[in-house]
Amino acid sequence: MLPDTGNSLDVHARMLELQGIAVSPGVAIGKALVFDREGYSIARCLVSPEESDGEWERLGVAVELANAKLEASRDKTTASWGHRLGEIFSAQQQMLLDPRIHSEMELLIRKKHYSADYAVSQVFAKYAAAFRRASSSFLADRASDVGDVERLLLESLSGKPTATIHELPHEAIVVSHDLTPGETASFDASKVLGICTEAGGPGGHTAIVARGMEIPAVVGVGNFLHYIRSGEEVIVDGNLGLIIVSPDDATRDRYLQRRRTRQSIAEQLQEIRDLPATTSDGVRIELMANVEFPQETQTCLDRGADGVGLYRTEFLYLGHDSEPTEEEHYQAYLQVVRDMQGRPVVIRTLDLGADKMGLVRPEEPENNPFLGLRSIRLSLRNPALFRIQVRAILRAACAGDCRIMFPMVTTLDELRSARFLLRSVSEDLLAEAVHIPCAVQVGMMVEVPAAVLMLDRFIDEIDFVSIGTNDLTQYTLAVDRSNDAVADLYQACDPAVLRLIQRTHQIVSERGKSTSVCGEMSNNPAHALLLVGMGIRTLSLTPAAIPIIKKAIRSVTIGQCEAMAWRALRLSTAREVEAFLMNQLAGLVPEIVLQA
Amino acid sequence: MLHRTVKVLNSEGLHMRPADKLVRTAVGFQSTIELEREGQIADCRSIISLLTLGAMQGCELTLRAQGPDADAAIAAISHLFESQFNENQSNIQQP
Repeated sequence: MLPDTGNSLDVHARMLELQGIAVSPGVAIGKALVFDREGYSIARCLVSPEESDGEWERLGVAVELANAKLEASRDKTTASWGHRLGEIFSAQQQMLLDPRIHSEMELLIRKKHYSADYAVSQVFAKYAAAFRRASSSFLADRASDVGDVERLLLESLSGKPTATIHELPHEAIVVSHDLTPGETASFDASKVLGICTEAGGPGGHTAIVARGMEIPAVVGVGNFLHYIRSGEEVIVDGNLGLIIVSPDDATRDRYLQRRRTRQSIAEQLQEIRDLPATTSDGVRIELMANVEFPQETQTCLDRGADGVGLYRTEFLYLGHDSEPTEEEHYQAYLQVVRDMQGRPVVIRTLDLGADKMGLVRPEEPENNPFLGLRSIRLSLRNPALFRIQVRAILRAACAGDCRIMFPMVTTLDELRSARFLLRSVSEDLLAEAVHIPCAVQVGMMVEVPAAVLMLDRFIDEIDFVSIGTNDLTQYTLAVDRSNDAVADLYQACDPAVLRLIQRTHQIVSERGKSTSVCGEMSNNPAHALLLVGMGIRTLSLTPAAIPIIKKAIRSVTIGQCEAMAWRALRLSTAREVEAFLMNQLAGLVPEIVLQA
Repeated sequence: MLHRTVKVLNSEGLHMRPADKLVRTAVGFQSTIELEREGQIADCRSIISLLTLGAMQGCELTLRAQGPDADAAIAAISHLFESQFNENQSNIQQP
């Protein structure tokens, strides 16, 4: 991964290339803005051994400056509000001058050659995290005091206000260990050129938000924050999963050239925007969009989406401190349904883990959240919360073709309970004389192997099925793809997953109903053609991928896709399937393979 | 080494203001002064280590001091706990 440089500072003198996981396509070139775990920007992380004394002195000066500021705040507050409030600043002063904190910072600066800023952020972040983890709310509240002191000290060090992830001072590539849902939700998309993080995986919220906002992103790079400083030039290659720090001229030119080529391909793809996704022998494939935010509908229309095949509603819950009201749900859904102008919109009910909802006590975390209280299970356990969402969906359904879909259904009892609640909510709304449509299509996601095995029993009680290949792959192969140690075992093209998809399509089509695929498989041209060959006629994908998938579909005949699927389904390993598909794609649609 | 058991009486526990007062008192002595809660030891000169104890109302702590003025230090700090760090008094003073 990282070159052994002996002195880590050498790496700044020359280009450094790091491999991560590509989660959102595109290339970004810009200046890095490095954020610490508290979301504050950091100038740089390491200094040379000779500079260490200077850093320690610099910290001393900053502490005095910060102390004077706190003293002024204390006096001012005491004068206006009395001693009791003024003493808060006095306690913050005590924290600023704390001998334990100072000895820890001195160790990091003198022995590990951390910059003063980085030492401050590491030590304060450690205590803030320890306080937040503590079981008592008494300590958790202290985390904000620690954060206040940290920020003041960082500002005194840099001599300017510290940028936070919520308010970027200029266009930048955001570099961080990881990003919380709150941080990603409040991104200013016009300033974030690209994202790279040390942690994270393909299914994480950073990946989802980056794709939603069409920001190139690479996650799971491993420890690299030490090797980069704010202001350095960085290339984020979201296609290959590469991060290039201080690129040389040749590399930068190559990327600029590639970006121009890509733009011209994008322009060519734009020409087929208003043409349908039809194979060259006339089989129509519906290309729907997966969306996260109501604002994305414009992108969907621009890319020529046939509708919204998956509207994820989680960000209504994640962006806020309190649970969203029925009106907030309703306004968001109404906007999407209206904007799509009569095209179908499939709204998926809450698909989050209890841990993300603040419903799990932090001192008793679930051992296995992916097998825990999440998704439809969570909704059924919290009917009050579930009813609010279902009411809003039914109300919004008056504005167009709006359908409801339940995620992670595992047993028939769950499906029946969800339908029972839906019926009872409809009756309530009718009793209140609220206008709702007389029928709303109800679907379920197929994400758990048990649902595939029992699908013949589910199928008569639903109108449509959507296969979520991400979770289906995870639950079939027993792989947590956000776990770096096993992420390589996660293969959507594993023959076991393909067989489950095939069986699902077979059962659903026998009853004359429709199956769509809304996982990441649909975003990949080779996988998309395979799915079409298996009989799938509706794909739901990230809006950015619609033009290229449409191009692929328009370049082939249905017979070619079927032949490809026939052979792929007879292979025995994911690796064989993947190699075969890439080979086929290169033969059938060479122009888009060159693009990768 | 001298020691004594002290109890957190004030309603908000050993939070920012009381911890601040404790540090201010402790730095006036030459002795090393520690507080222990269930095996976790805090240096009374470090507010961050005192806060880390997470001592709420009703919590019993062991106060220890070693040095030339250990007696006086124990007395002064015990007094702070007993007087509830003057927290309630300052409440009354508020308009």
